Amino acid sequence: MSSLEISLPGLDLKNPVMPASGCFGFGREFSQLYDLSKLGAIMIKATTLEPRFGNPTPRVAETSAGMLNAIGLQNPGLDKVVNEELVWLEQFDVPIIANVAGSQEEDYIAVAKRISAAKNVHALELNISCPNVKTGGIAFGTIPETAKNLTKKVKEVSEVPVFVKLSPNVTNIVEMAKAVEDGGADGLTMINTLVGMRMDLKTGKPILANKTGGLSGPAIKPVALRMIYEVSQQVSLPIIGMGGVETAEDVIEYYYAGASAVAVGTANFVDPFVCPKIIDELPNLLKNLGFEHISECTGRSWKKHEKAAYYCS
Amino acid sequence: MIKQELCTVISQHQMANNIYEITLQGELVHEMIEPGQFVHLKVAEGYDPMLRRPISIAEILPDLSQFKMIYRAEGKGTVKLSEKKAGDRVDVLGPLGNGFPVKEAKKGDTALLVGGGIGVPPLYELSKQLVSQGVKVIHVLGFQSASAVFYEKKFTLLGETYTATADGRKGMKGFVTTVIDHYEIDFDILYSCGPTPMLKALENRYSHKNVYLSLEERMGCGIGACFACVSHTGDDPDGYSYKKVCSDGPVFKAGEVVL
Repeated sequence: MSSLEISLPGLDLKNPVMPASGCFGFGREFSQLYDLSKLGAIMIKATTLEPRFGNPTPRVAETSAGMLNAIGLQNPGLDKVVNEELVWLEQFDVPIIANVAGSQEEDYIAVAKRISAAKNVHALELNISCPNVKTGGIAFGTIPETAKNLTKKVKEVSEVPVFVKLSPNVTNIVEMAKAVEDGGADGLTMINTLVGMRMDLKTGKPILANKTGGLSGPAIKPVALRMIYEVSQQVSLPIIGMGGVETAEDVIEYYYAGASAVAVGTANFVDPFVCPKIIDELPNLLKNLGFEHISECTGRSWKKHEKAAYYCS
Repeated sequence: MIKQELCTVISQHQMANNIYEITLQGELVHEMIEPGQFVHLKVAEGYDPMLRRPISIAEILPDLSQFKMIYRAEGKGTVKLSEKKAGDRVDVLGPLGNGFPVKEAKKGDTALLVGGGIGVPPLYELSKQLVSQGVKVIHVLGFQSASAVFYEKKFTLLGETYTATADGRKGMKGFVTTVIDHYEIDFDILYSCGPTPMLKALENRYSHKNVYLSLEERMGCGIGACFACVSHTGDDPDGYSYKKVCSDGPVFKAGEVVL
């Protein structure tokens, strides 16, 4: 068994590295650059019941060590995603995690029901944390009771395990994590972007047409690590960690904090080959750090180790 | 095919106020076919800036495995690019996008090439390729001021070239359309790259003609995955259909997308 093979609810992965939703489209563009079967999984772009055009441009703005985006969940809608994008993805030996979004409960349920039945969809990522849409999105991800109820409803119809994508734009992320665990979530993905802004020096107005956008990239890595560190000690769900991952070292840091897999987002825009590079570099890094398998790293920052216990007694 | 390569800087020259010409060498030059394509550059290691910068290709020199770009050093990224010296390396992703359809112009046709400011550079490679297939080219180039003018002589060597500046200190005072009207320029096909108001003006005037426009938009990935640079399509201006400027464009037939 390779040092990178892992098992999560619904997901037997050859490695724990996957592109994050919204940073990889439906894979077509990156398939021109490398074989998508190399990836642990693919988190496809958020899918809504109806097609969405998204927000006006400019939709992106750069910041120090990060970027703001306000795409607004542009996607071709459930029918096209199921009939075209997912069918096209079947040619690759890679499990798909389908990001499910909506502006009302019924939308989430309809999307989850149908998309979870697709052959290559092995898990859902329930998007209750998109900060760039007027209705839905983050509205479901900031009130624990609402998040719990939606999770429960989606779980009832989903044919595959459900991971819930948490928003960092909350006062108490542990409370949110516990709520969706109560709702029956099979896992967590965290974190989505942090709401931010940038101004245009010449016009005096926000750069983004949507005014605010989601901050991603290395700038948010410490926030994500802290949140995963807190959440992983309080819930028993596996966590797919994300936020500024761009090297094999970053992956290990996320594991130490409490993650059981990682997703790579913004780094795909800077280096489109970053995912396969990280996958290639991980085995050696693990070896150098003295691990036989990557799962040994999960929660190392807070777990009591057997060796340490022996030493103390 | 899209490639990523550390290209070597061969030369860097300042052409006008804040305008630079950089020549890079690398094998990915042999993937460059159409004029109007662009490359996505990582101008510095690390996070300042973090994202790549899309820059249009001004000239392809396959025999030397080199290509030229002309850009305005304005923001953090392009200022860093302007500090590169011969021998330095630049991380290049490209070529990207779909360029100007040169085959749309037939031998003996007259092509009008209209450029505005930093939209002028890709027209140079376009003009070279058109001339080599026997097309008559006329260039109308608009700039903000005399100090912003570049490549005027190089264009003149390929065909008739007219310049307009907003302040009138070089060429004709006014816009590119002032020049076209003054000289009553007629053409079979029009190619243009420049600021959106200029492209809109051309699209409105020549709706009955064969017109191709190259757009500019803030980009994320440059390959079509992030959906940062989308435009509504002309046949469905308020609907869900869209084109991505980076991977469907940056060159579109007039009317194909909403400007």
